[in-house]
Amino acid sequence: MTNIPTPEPQSPNNAGTRLVAWIDRRTGIHSLLHESLDEPIPGGARWAYVFGSGLLFLFMSQIITGVFLALYYVPAADHAHTVVSYIVKEVTSGSFIRSIHAYGSSGIIIVLVLHIGQTILYGSYKGRRELLWLSGCILLALMLGMAFTGYLLPWDEKAYFASAVGTNLIAEVPFIGPSLQRLVRGGNQMGTLTLSRFYVLHVFMLPAMLIAFIASHVFFFRKAGAAGPINENPVAPKLPAVSFYPRQVIMDAVFSVAIIGILAFIASKIPMDLGPAANPADTHFLPRPEWYYRPAFQGLKYLSGRASLLGIVLPAILAVIFAAVPFVDRGRERRPWRRPVVVGGFLLFLMAYTALGVASYRDDYSDPGMAAQMHKQDEDAQAFMKQPFIPESAAGSASAALASADPRILKGQALYQAGSCSSCHGDRGVGTAAAVALTGVGQKYSDAELSTLLHTPNAKMTNGGMTPVDMKDDDLAALTSYLRQLH
Amino acid sequence: MSATPAVNDPELERTGRRSFLGALLAISGAAVSLLLAIPLVRFSTYPLRRVAADADWSDVGPVNEFDSLTAPVAKTISIERRDAWQTTSAQTSVYVLPAKDGQFRILSPVCPHLGCSVRWVNDQNKFVCPCHSGSFTADGERLAGPPPRSMDTLDAKVVDGVLKVRYRYFRQLVATKEEMA
Repeated sequence: MTNIPTPEPQSPNNAGTRLVAWIDRRTGIHSLLHESLDEPIPGGARWAYVFGSGLLFLFMSQIITGVFLALYYVPAADHAHTVVSYIVKEVTSGSFIRSIHAYGSSGIIIVLVLHIGQTILYGSYKGRRELLWLSGCILLALMLGMAFTGYLLPWDEKAYFASAVGTNLIAEVPFIGPSLQRLVRGGNQMGTLTLSRFYVLHVFMLPAMLIAFIASHVFFFRKAGAAGPINENPVAPKLPAVSFYPRQVIMDAVFSVAIIGILAFIASKIPMDLGPAANPADTHFLPRPEWYYRPAFQGLKYLSGRASLLGIVLPAILAVIFAAVPFVDRGRERRPWRRPVVVGGFLLFLMAYTALGVASYRDDYSDPGMAAQMHKQDEDAQAFMKQPFIPESAAGSASAALASADPRILKGQALYQAGSCSSCHGDRGVGTAAAVALTGVGQKYSDAELSTLLHTPNAKMTNGGMTPVDMKDDDLAALTSYLRQLH
Repeated sequence: MSATPAVNDPELERTGRRSFLGALLAISGAAVSLLLAIPLVRFSTYPLRRVAADADWSDVGPVNEFDSLTAPVAKTISIERRDAWQTTSAQTSVYVLPAKDGQFRILSPVCPHLGCSVRWVNDQNKFVCPCHSGSFTADGERLAGPPPRSMDTLDAKVVDGVLKVRYRYFRQLVATKEEMA
């Protein structure tokens, strides 16, 4: 081995060209770009193909807005609602960014339906694309999981009660139901551990899985190639291929800009509301999930007693049938009118799902008592949105701590403030420029040592300006117990 | 193919059109991203731009309580401090002086020497610091001892019949009153 550096090929041109050439030699960026942009699309670019890129774009928007929301969010039941209300009412653009994130989930569901619909109508799951389809099914499930877990995080009334109903449903799972429910909730009841679990799923686990499955989805897509229009052979394309760049890239970009434009418009005109903080004791609240879960919610109404098991089994059966489509429908025929079972089945499902959703809203607003409560809940949320932000009083603040302190500590605190202690050692012994903090002093010294030090300060203390504390033994004991509990 | 490609060479034309579209996409992409970045930047820099609200005035008590004062009186006030979405409250005391020309004057009890709490000694009609025996007149003017300046006055105002004070800390051991940030 020698230490002679590998010679770099000489590029004759200017510095910029040389830099690009250098980066390319190190990374192979040109061939990567070529690989990703020059993907052949049989039959050329079409608006029908934009939904996949749209979903990727929306997912990135969710990641960016989500990361920014995490700057202020605290996943604990006693703070979550306050911080979301702080984001919405105080932080600049907070309501806008939260709305983009919250409405973005609805956007993803809509574009998912369009993406799946296009795939089914075009039969583009055919021809060695089973894994592409399966990875898509997993992505659909993960996205529904993101929507479900994210909904609880603001910890307002509708979030709390919708998630309470949603997690009650888990108990219906055969055999492991009740244990699974406790695992998800972090206990028998909804509480602060439920919130941390949902937070970890929403922010760490599900996004990590989403990224992994998006990567495999794109990989399987590139491996099989674009399926092209409905008259194309899905395995050996015959139509002249046109590369992904530039036409399809531009169409995808226009679609993505349209999505973000619509989201931004709605977010600025009708900001996502935040209701009053969750009150588990409220027995009047009518829990309702987000609109895309409404049909499933409505379906459960028709299942009572032993049939209620169907509430969990039926969606599972539907999911298995859905996932099995490319394994069962294996012919080369892609024209939708020649595939009545799959296309008809999908359309039937869409109609039934929509009808259930409509029925759910109709039920709520046709019954006068129910409608009144629904309106009241909307009004409560609007009224809460109009109220100014009220900060939470910190657990360590005087008013909160005094309520529970014992009389000796209270007396010690009074002495601490009345004497000159707080002027140098600061409020609650947090320390100032003039003297060190006294917090944690209880761990370092015993009661007797503390009393002695107060009575006759050591040299270091005296040099710092500490004067001997001269008071009655009772008072000194009280002051000592106050100092010991500072933290 | 000739050594110098003709202008109507389809390969060159294709490449030219592609790089033009690429530039167009890059520029419009950058423009859209910049536009979208504005709310995100404003969102994340909010704590830096937030101006301290006028909420740091603490209530001292109803004005009529201080109308007939003849000597300074110590009052405990609570200071609310905002920490983003939380408030912390702390108790401290201030001296309210008898009104002069209808103006209320409030003194900080913190000694400008080393920061001990100065006490009002009624018998001697003066403020005395228990630490190093600095003393001040009933108006807080420096009389004797190590303090480098008189006691510090605090901003006071009356709103709806309630006397309010803006509590501040000042630097010790200097001859002029300098607020500590």
